[in-house]
Amino acid sequence: MSISNTTTIGAIDAPSRRNTELLLLVFAVVVAVFAYLNVGLALDGKVPSGVLGYALGLAALAGVAHLVVRKFARYADPLLLPLATLLNGIGLVFIWRLDQSPRLISLAKVAYGAFTPSAPKQMLYSAIGVALFVAVLLFLKDHRVLQRYTYVSMVVALILLIAPVFFPAQFGARIWIHIPGLGSLQPGEFAKIIIAVFFAGYLMVKRDALALASRRFLGLYLPRGRDLGPILVIWALSILILVFETDLGTSLLFFGLFIVMLYVATERTSWIVFGLLMSAVGAVGVASFEPHVKARVTAWLNPFACYKTNGACQQIGDALMSFGSGGTLGTGLGQGNSDLIGFAANADFILSTVGEELGLAGTMAILLVYGLIVERGIRTALAARDPFGKLLAIGLSSGFAIQVFVVAGGVMGLIPLTGMTLPFMAYGGSSVLANWALIGILIRISDTARRPAPAPAPSTDAEMTQVVRP
Amino acid sequence: MSELTLTVMRLGFLAVLWLFVIVAVQVIRSDLFGTRVTQRGSRRGGAGDTRAQQTRQNAAPPHQRQQQQQGNRQRRGAPTKLVVSEGTLTGTTVALQGQTITLGRAHDSTIVLDDDYASSRHARIYPDRDGQWIVEDLGSTNGTYLDRTRLTTPTPIPPGAPIRIGKTVIELRK
Repeated sequence: MSISNTTTIGAIDAPSRRNTELLLLVFAVVVAVFAYLNVGLALDGKVPSGVLGYALGLAALAGVAHLVVRKFARYADPLLLPLATLLNGIGLVFIWRLDQSPRLISLAKVAYGAFTPSAPKQMLYSAIGVALFVAVLLFLKDHRVLQRYTYVSMVVALILLIAPVFFPAQFGARIWIHIPGLGSLQPGEFAKIIIAVFFAGYLMVKRDALALASRRFLGLYLPRGRDLGPILVIWALSILILVFETDLGTSLLFFGLFIVMLYVATERTSWIVFGLLMSAVGAVGVASFEPHVKARVTAWLNPFACYKTNGACQQIGDALMSFGSGGTLGTGLGQGNSDLIGFAANADFILSTVGEELGLAGTMAILLVYGLIVERGIRTALAARDPFGKLLAIGLSSGFAIQVFVVAGGVMGLIPLTGMTLPFMAYGGSSVLANWALIGILIRISDTARRPAPAPAPSTDAEMTQVVRP
Repeated sequence: MSELTLTVMRLGFLAVLWLFVIVAVQVIRSDLFGTRVTQRGSRRGGAGDTRAQQTRQNAAPPHQRQQQQQGNRQRRGAPTKLVVSEGTLTGTTVALQGQTITLGRAHDSTIVLDDDYASSRHARIYPDRDGQWIVEDLGSTNGTYLDRTRLTTPTPIPPGAPIRIGKTVIELRK
């Protein structure tokens, strides 16, 4: 008590921090434009002609997003938007850089008969992504509205996850659905967000049953059978996705997300132990039966043994070599040879271009930026006042983290490679759209969480004083 | 493009990228120190109840406080603390440091009384220029009593004399 006598501990008054966000956004755009200039100068020796368009386009996207946040989410976290903008901008630069590669152009001409540059399309996807971000902020005034759609979102997520089965496999995995006239879509990316909504709503209701009704056995809290039901269903589902769509990444994301959210909701370590055991069993089981997954595992274990004979091994081998040739400081933007990977160099393997041209230092910086986004998401969860918002923020940020881990780990040879996109950087419309929507929801939750609480009602003052009657 | 320029650009870009990360981390530094700790001058005498921590010391301008503290020091045997001896806040003490102490049901009072018979702003206790503590009724409904007499004007408090406000009794002690 003697300490509290001389000190007052009060919350930092909540500034909106929108100006900080604006400054960081300008910085992010400057970094991206610098990267663009650097690539142009290294490749052609002159300032690239598209630099003005690129700079204005990126600045316009960032500006619109900033103005909308300023108007509709005043107290939102100041870092999420600049970090996402930086990743998207640098991703665009890398995609544009790979568009300039003569190897990839001739490869595309051989494979498809014509070469279409990806960067303009990705710019368009980014614009649609930012539009989706704006729409989320405009129409989602309160994230707790999503709680009403707990079971609807479960159904929608299942439909999205199952839909690709009915479409032909592409590049060895059924993860696309084709909409005639509009192109193809990876529903798994959107399912990530929707399933997080379902888990958050479900666990908010069931957390006490899951946490408290358990028997202690060997130092672990074993949950009851009926509480174990949902986890088994999710496990079976993710295995089924793995088998029918041969999509290791999505099923890993799906299952990992559930385990993380279960752990956060119940604070029981036993769930993590169960989750790791079950995912290990599932992965080993599928890897020994499914040829596509088996090839990926072989490529992961020893890429150079089958380098000449197997495409998957060659990709991994090339990616590892590009990281090696990058060294500590990298070869410099536009001066690497990561286009030798060929196919999917600008999508799943974009991190190997980062690794080669920016080196260990640059890769670390990029991974730190991802880490900061995740940190902001978890911080939002800590600050959120309602349990649903907490769980949803944890779900979204851990989903984001798992995705980055799965794809970065795959490219670096830490885990078997899976078909997932690096959020914001890799080429792909669905991924950019879904991740902008994810950032939008996180910003909405953080706005609610950081908004200063309304002043308490002056209850004691308002009451009438009783009069002592003699 | 010369080799030198490209090398400078390469290292420059890495530096700028890291600078961005560092600036971003600086922005979130405020989270690590999420609460602000304000140091006030050390006071003797512990506050027994959390309500007593709602003291509004900083309200007094610093020069005035200093003057009053000097006046305090000059006086021998001046009371050092205010003790609540009856009522729901029994046991609460507030150190007397030359600040004005307000009593009442209003939540911004120094001592918030949870007492239906107290007014929102019931009374105040303050030192005069010589450091003598004065109690003044602020036009309360049920009145403030010093010993047995209802106060009508600001009155100096003799040491140990009980001041009654509704069901609460306070006194000044050394």
